[in-house]
Amino acid sequence: MTRSTTGRRPWLLPFVLLSALALLLGACGSDDDSSDSDTTEAGATDGADGDVVKAGFIYIGPVNDGGWTQAHDEGREAAAAALEGEAELIYKENIPEGPEATQAMQTMIDDGVKIIFANSFGYGDAMKELAAENPDVKFEHATGAGTLDNFATYYGAAEDTIYLTGIAAGAAIPEGGTVGFVAPFPIPEVIRHINAFQIGVAEVNPTATTKVVWTNTWFDPTVERQAADSLIADGVDAIASGQDSPASGEAAKAADLPFVGYDSDQSENLGDIWLTASLYHWGDYYTERIQAVIDGTWETHEYWGGIHDGFVSLAPFGPTVTQETKDLIATRQQELVDGDFYELTGPLVDQDGTERVADGVKMTLPEILAMDWFVEGVVGNPSA
Amino acid sequence: MSGLLLAASQSGVNDNLFVIIAVSGVFYGTPLAFAALGEMLAERSGVLNLGVEGMMLMGALAAAWTSLNAGGPGWLVVLLALLAAAVTGGLVALLHAVLVVTFKVEQIISGLAITILAGAAGLSSYLASEWDLSRAPVPHRIELFDVAGLADLPVVGPLLFNQNLLTYLSWVLVAGLWWYLFRSRRGLHLRAVGESPATADAMGVSVYSYRYTHTVAGGMLAGIGGAFFPLCIIPLWSDGVTGGRGWIALALVIFGFWRPELILLGAYLFGAFSSLGLTLQARGIEVSTQLLDSLPYLMTIVVLVAVSSGRARRRVGAPAALGTPYEREAR
Repeated sequence: MTRSTTGRRPWLLPFVLLSALALLLGACGSDDDSSDSDTTEAGATDGADGDVVKAGFIYIGPVNDGGWTQAHDEGREAAAAALEGEAELIYKENIPEGPEATQAMQTMIDDGVKIIFANSFGYGDAMKELAAENPDVKFEHATGAGTLDNFATYYGAAEDTIYLTGIAAGAAIPEGGTVGFVAPFPIPEVIRHINAFQIGVAEVNPTATTKVVWTNTWFDPTVERQAADSLIADGVDAIASGQDSPASGEAAKAADLPFVGYDSDQSENLGDIWLTASLYHWGDYYTERIQAVIDGTWETHEYWGGIHDGFVSLAPFGPTVTQETKDLIATRQQELVDGDFYELTGPLVDQDGTERVADGVKMTLPEILAMDWFVEGVVGNPSA
Repeated sequence: MSGLLLAASQSGVNDNLFVIIAVSGVFYGTPLAFAALGEMLAERSGVLNLGVEGMMLMGALAAAWTSLNAGGPGWLVVLLALLAAAVTGGLVALLHAVLVVTFKVEQIISGLAITILAGAAGLSSYLASEWDLSRAPVPHRIELFDVAGLADLPVVGPLLFNQNLLTYLSWVLVAGLWWYLFRSRRGLHLRAVGESPATADAMGVSVYSYRYTHTVAGGMLAGIGGAFFPLCIIPLWSDGVTGGRGWIALALVIFGFWRPELILLGAYLFGAFSSLGLTLQARGIEVSTQLLDSLPYLMTIVVLVAVSSGRARRRVGAPAALGTPYEREAR
């Protein structure tokens, strides 16, 4: 008897609680956007939703992860400001790569979203499936590969800026020293970044090495810090990060070792140990692509940005970076923009000493997008 | 922690792989220990609280907010941050207690609802962005504390004498909880409430008040466990900073057979495993990191399976009334 009464009633409260929560969060989540949509509708003809193009963003991490997703969301905000009155930009954060991604994107499509940007490699399959089912919706996949009529990819040559950060790191450590690299997953994107980094390190410090530890996560501050700690315990002379959170910088700070960041400018927080970082700037791209949807001129492509168009840049240098190093970095940066230099040019030798790229041969974009081997001087397993 | 590892690596014996991993295990095991000890208290009273992850996140949030906003000397701010974390965790637990003890809501559902409410995509992220917590690193932290200059002793130095305040506190807590559970009258009553609430009630023990107080106390400990993240590990707020460790704490309670001393050991074991793969990689030792990373979870599954039969559960100490609401008329 007791069981039956406790069996019916108890379901009610959590559901009330959950619905209240959903409402609360719904209200909060849209809080950020409501100002956009309010001004939007004020600008557009009264209540005519059709005049406002809806764009959706799917994020792998939280919008304030202090790195990757935050950079994307800053881009979204910039685009929202530039397209005020013409477009409404919504986002969903913390979306895992899997069925939830499909669901989140489907919800957006049902909600009238005309262009979807998603910021993680693992969303690719879900996006291509949805693209086939929804020919009227444009899909844009950051760090992805391949195209369809309504599926485009966008990313850029962060390896160029990461190579420049490698120069800063190589100059900051003793001759023949080691930089510990906290890295997410052994995929071509990360592998080519690490290779470019080591090429930069070796340019100023020929016998120096880069030691890699894989965290197998894009974003988990504790694991990232543990990985940095394990490298520090092993006696590395500096730390570099390819992770979405700034946690490894805090480990470097605690150990007073030079640090190269990724994706966020931590110069204020880290003080003396800060060297520099490679930064992304997504705002212009997002503005341009949503504008193309508004104008009806959107076409698929594989966008590959670079230093030349401001897609990537270096964060401010820390106080210990010498003028000589800054000058060298400035020279190389200009040569990269002018096309007079490319770091992934032969001779490139892999970890076993086998020549992979012949002297004077530049690696092509398809080649670097498939890079699955480490250059000489990187310590670690590219297929771990 | 890095400083600690560095110190260890500079003094010979302490450079040993096992020492480094053990030291790391104690450090990263500490937040797990707090959360799991708290959950043990709630479960000993018969209340299963799956809201640990949510309570930890809210504790982390409260600690980060306090450290960023409170004025005064550093030690005071840290103390306030811990207090705020405990109170916040306790309040979230109180919500669970009201739902499951008074309203007799299904405990699993209420706990999950709390983790969703407070969790990584819920209230904690909302408040963090509302308060702009990630604008700067938290200024007041808990640093490693070298007890009487013994940090450089071989093995035990880094392991026992150069941890932080919360780790030392957790040792006092384990001793206190052990005494409370197995040597005090209230502890006896608590176990009675968890084993056979009707009997306890007949003895004149208030089942409701025991369940309320221990669920709330458990939430306070989970809050302190959460505070460990911004105050000791990563002094910069990021959403979902506890990264699912509340769920590991839940498994640890079973892993530790509902006994404080075993829970502490289990927490260190889990902490050590979480660093093992990374440390071996840094040493250039070829292992499957995926396999190593999954070891703590495999261990949990093994223990869960081992204690899955009713009799085995009883033998290892699972409170008999765990998860069942108590109604006096149902006696």
